[in-house]
Amino acid sequence: MALTDKDVALLEDKAEQIRETIVTMLVEAKSGHTAGPLDMADIFAAFYFHILKHDPKNPDWEERDRLILSNGHIVPVRYAAMAHAGYFPIEECMTLRKFGSRLQGHPERLRLPGMETTSGPLGEGLSQGAGMAWALRADKKPNRVYVLMGDGEQDEGNVWEAVMWMGKQKLHNLTAVIDRNNIQIDGMTEDVMPLESLRAKYEAFNWHVIEVDGHNIRAFVDAVEEAKAIYEKPTVIIAHTIAGKGVPEIEGDYRWHGNPPGKGPTDKIPADKQAEVFLKDIRSMKGKLPHEYA
Amino acid sequence: MLNTHAKLVENIFEKDIKKAPTRDGFGTGTAEAGKKDANVLVLCADLSESTRAEWFQKEFPDRFIEMGIAEQNMAATAAGLALAGKVPFMASYAAFSPGRNYEQIRTTIALNETNVKVCGMHAGVSVGPDGATHQMLEDMGLMRMLPNMIVLNPGDAEEARKAVVAAAEYEGPVYIRFGRSEVPVFTTADTPFSIGKSLTLWEPEGTPKIAIFGTGSMSYNALAAARALHADGIEVVVIHNPSVKPLDEAALVAAAKLAGRVITVEEHQTAGGFGSAVAELLAKKAPVPIEFIGIQDEFGQSGSPDELIEHYGLAPAHIAEVARRLIA
Repeated sequence: MALTDKDVALLEDKAEQIRETIVTMLVEAKSGHTAGPLDMADIFAAFYFHILKHDPKNPDWEERDRLILSNGHIVPVRYAAMAHAGYFPIEECMTLRKFGSRLQGHPERLRLPGMETTSGPLGEGLSQGAGMAWALRADKKPNRVYVLMGDGEQDEGNVWEAVMWMGKQKLHNLTAVIDRNNIQIDGMTEDVMPLESLRAKYEAFNWHVIEVDGHNIRAFVDAVEEAKAIYEKPTVIIAHTIAGKGVPEIEGDYRWHGNPPGKGPTDKIPADKQAEVFLKDIRSMKGKLPHEYA
Repeated sequence: MLNTHAKLVENIFEKDIKKAPTRDGFGTGTAEAGKKDANVLVLCADLSESTRAEWFQKEFPDRFIEMGIAEQNMAATAAGLALAGKVPFMASYAAFSPGRNYEQIRTTIALNETNVKVCGMHAGVSVGPDGATHQMLEDMGLMRMLPNMIVLNPGDAEEARKAVVAAAEYEGPVYIRFGRSEVPVFTTADTPFSIGKSLTLWEPEGTPKIAIFGTGSMSYNALAAARALHADGIEVVVIHNPSVKPLDEAALVAAAKLAGRVITVEEHQTAGGFGSAVAELLAKKAPVPIEFIGIQDEFGQSGSPDELIEHYGLAPAHIAEVARRLIA
């Protein structure tokens, strides 16, 4: 169903709340990834507050859609979105990466209801989603499967084994989403291991490809709806995002892939000011308002 | 003498004993499990004839999934199928699965505790002419290190069938090891089998001097050695271990204490495999001298299965020789 302007505004607001929680939990954890979670906040807001058929109070609901996070290192954005959606109290986000926490550094199915699977080692989420989609289709169930991947993750051979098999199987009940933020740990993706033309690669494997601005929630929701209408092929949405979105000082900077605020590069913001600047940036609507209003 | 409770075949020491590869048990077992449970699936990586996956495919074409030559995707896809309620058996050569896709098995099957049955074919040097690249000798070690993973190594095609059926009924990750070449079918439909249980094949007259613990088809060679030793007046007990993880701890500890000496026999590296598992157990509960018969830190090579079993010291005569040396 199409989004109204009010729907979009509400989802954008959710995305900013999720970003704020991400920064707070990373600061508390003193470790974890920053750039990916921030740039996927808009898409996670769209999933948990509009797209997914799910029930936070009944995570194992048979009729739920399955959301697989293949690039498990960005799981803070999923934890934050799930907490805001009501899966668990937002305060629990502050246990991220700590001993005894359900919120492990990388997601574990058996520790936290609603995770769907265990992931982190790259390249395996698409295969797992494919298995679920095959089984759901064989059992004539209408549930949809969504698999989120990173762009650096596309370096993994396992991804392409899955892409090839899914093209053969025409698994139209699965939609993959690639966070095309152009960064990975060692640098820009096109320097570390060129991916382009990513669209042509997927098309060559018999996939339907949609490219969108990953920060335009209306466009992303439209793409997800379009995918539902494609019956001959699986669909991949290449979501073009800006790494570290919401904090202008770090946007597009690959050095922020794996550092939490307080432990990142200090050439633009001193370490002891990073948490404060991040939160002010986010609270001031992606830097559009001066900090004094935040 | 033979343990009558084991209900072994009557012509067990005759030349005309039926022979079959243990992989045949994968074909018969999955077809049987598939009849009992409509959720049982078989996945195969372009080896449907040699893994016997096609025996299942003939019965249930809609539940056979051809994955292509892509073992990593096969493992993680199997995990996804299991998470959606299926009972996937994934078959390839052990050198590639779990050889190539170990991390996928570790993360998406073992840590994730998914109900996947990893079936490694063509294990051991008895693969024969294909040579070292295809003779997997490290699979039991890799798989028994993984938490949550059951490891089964059946002794013949009939027991392999039972192992497959038992794995389908067990909820959780299981690894089953199979061989390529024909080996004696020494058990019958009436021979007991359950996960975690051993099977005494040969009982001594009086107190045994040695306890021989075998696994896979090597248990038959151990049995043949026991018969030869008996003819020389040397009494041993032979215990077959189709369940490598968990081991039948009580039976092995009791036999080790009674005999005071142990020999382990496996078609696998002695480092990390069945012998290591026995040593870990006995070091804690019944420390006795142990001789490890198996592959001694080297790779295999091309040859006929019989030549290779002989060359690597896995034949009955070699097992008997080690036993004589141990009590000398």
